[in-house]
Amino acid sequence: MDLFNAIAQTLDSTIRLSVPLLLACLAGLYSERAGIFDIGLEGKMLVGAFAGAAAASVFHSAYLGLGMAILISVAFALIHGFASITHRGNQIVSGVAINFIAAGSTIILGQAWFQQGGRTPALAPAERFEAIIWPGADAVRGVPILGPIYSELISGHSVLVYLAFLMVPFTWWVLFRTRFGLRLRAVGENPAAVDTAGISVAWLRYRALICTGVLTGVAGAYLSMVQNGGFVKDMTAGKGYIALAALIFAKWKPVNAMFACLLFGFLDALAIRLQGTPLPLIGRVPVQFMQALPYVLTVILLAGFIGKAIPPRAGGVPYVKER
Amino acid sequence: MSTPYAKLPGWADYGLIPVINLFVAFVVAGFVVMLVGENPLRAAAILVEGAFGRGQGIAFTLYYATTFIFSGLSVAVAVHCGLFNIGGEGQGYIAGLGIGVVCLAFDSVLPWWLTFPLAIIAAAAMGALWALIPAYLQAKRGSHIVITTIMFNFIAASVMVYMLVDVLKPAGSMAPQTRNFLEGGQLPKLNWIIELFGAKIRSAPLNVTFLLALVMAFLVWLLIWRTKLGYEMRTYGHSPKAARYAGISETRIIIIAMLISGALAGMMALNPVMGDQHNVALDFVSGAGFVGIAVALMGRSHPVGIVLAAILFGMLYQGGAELAFEMPAISRDMIVIIQGLVILFAGALEHMFRPHIQALFASISPRTVGIEAVKGKGA
Repeated sequence: MDLFNAIAQTLDSTIRLSVPLLLACLAGLYSERAGIFDIGLEGKMLVGAFAGAAAASVFHSAYLGLGMAILISVAFALIHGFASITHRGNQIVSGVAINFIAAGSTIILGQAWFQQGGRTPALAPAERFEAIIWPGADAVRGVPILGPIYSELISGHSVLVYLAFLMVPFTWWVLFRTRFGLRLRAVGENPAAVDTAGISVAWLRYRALICTGVLTGVAGAYLSMVQNGGFVKDMTAGKGYIALAALIFAKWKPVNAMFACLLFGFLDALAIRLQGTPLPLIGRVPVQFMQALPYVLTVILLAGFIGKAIPPRAGGVPYVKER
Repeated sequence: MSTPYAKLPGWADYGLIPVINLFVAFVVAGFVVMLVGENPLRAAAILVEGAFGRGQGIAFTLYYATTFIFSGLSVAVAVHCGLFNIGGEGQGYIAGLGIGVVCLAFDSVLPWWLTFPLAIIAAAAMGALWALIPAYLQAKRGSHIVITTIMFNFIAASVMVYMLVDVLKPAGSMAPQTRNFLEGGQLPKLNWIIELFGAKIRSAPLNVTFLLALVMAFLVWLLIWRTKLGYEMRTYGHSPKAARYAGISETRIIIIAMLISGALAGMMALNPVMGDQHNVALDFVSGAGFVGIAVALMGRSHPVGIVLAAILFGMLYQGGAELAFEMPAISRDMIVIIQGLVILFAGALEHMFRPHIQALFASISPRTVGIEAVKGKGA
């Protein structure tokens, strides 16, 4: 029973840890499917986290915080669009720039506005997204097997967690069942064809980047307003890059993205759980090994040893109307 | 990179445009300073005064610049071959391991001038090794070098934490770092050069690695513009198709360029490890590898430009430290914003001002601009 509880708890923290990855990964999916590489997921998440926590603590409202997180994150996405779509700059360089601007400005503004060493004030319960307890969750907790699954895994998360998982089928539906999705995928594969059909490549790509900004904003808000009661400097800590890795791992498909993020979240949860405890047969596994595993797996996948990851064909190439 | 633009006179291309980009970056940074509630002009004055006002400041500025010259050259070599090596951070970090092993083994038996060459070789070899796998994967399996080098940055960070905490940390010590190097692992300072000019220096970490950096800048210039290999790299960077047609082996040129790039990134570790801290500590690179991207973009991937841009960033780092004392609202992270803005304006938005400047030149004297889009710029 102890073992079962341990497993349930690990899976529960897997869900909590995969949510920001999943949101950022789906965010990257929109922009990369539209042919815009986005290394700036990390930075957009960071400004989202900061704006969310800052607005929530000033206006005492979680929803205003979320709105501000989305707004600022979209603004950064539009800067990326301005550089890489309008001015046809190098998309990777632009993404790198956004990450630095985000990392620096969140610390400077945080320190100037709140004077707590780059943190925002700790959020009160009303300023955060609280866990939603599903009906009967406490009653069935004692039931073996199914009880913990219902009360730990399904119930007791914040609204953003459910939103993140609902975004998976929604993204699938948008990409594969709507006209916008068809065009978005087309512009990532062959923008000239989209242009010939009389659709503006630039506007389509901007719209894809706005979707990206919205989702990274939610991801950031989750970090600072759900997982942690306030903003801490550099709190994304490479999650944007893991999300990028997960996106490649998922071969740019929404449902795969969910499984990739759950896998990477599980590795993270396992690393925390197993810290210092020896495993049977293998002995003590260094935590660092578990932390490096998502990156190693991604490199192996990219090398084409586990299936082949083929990115959208026009990815990273600015569109020029006439050559 | 994307669209061919008409040719500008050299001084405008290499002088005017970077200066305009830098100016805009500073104006935007000035707005951030105002947002924080300080006077941007006073901040700039303190920054420059802190960096160049006294001998002490100059020595620190050049110390920081040393690291940035290496990381800038590393990015530039790859850029000339059309590759974006974003992994300088990890390559430099892992190179610390090589330097550490050499110094820990020889610091008690050899003088510094024998340890130094061995450490250079170790640093370059480790940096190159860390770039080799992404290079091979790009050349042979077509995996995107940007993604793999990012992944290798994180893998390097994990490896180094493991090595420092579980392997290299002396028994009984709490701090995750190696023991301090003895005399044989410490590089002599260069502060006397600045003192020749009458300035006083209490203690500053400027050391012989600075001279090595200048030598490497010259060697990179030689490599890129005066050797067959450099010509092949530039050809591949300009047009992979043309290079293939000319019989240049794609695999060979990508791997060689990345090995050189990685080796240069690796040498960056010599400066803090042997020149200043005299041990290998956690996170000793602290973002210098990424600064290289801004430095290379600012210096237009030319060694002279890179040295100048590195000194500029050295100034920002040193002056930024002074600024944090004078204006508590502004911490050193201001530099990270400026760095990001420079990358944005000099890199991603490099085409924003160019058409306007070309139009301006064309209206003044059409002959300087040439007639129609001339593709590429040669040198």
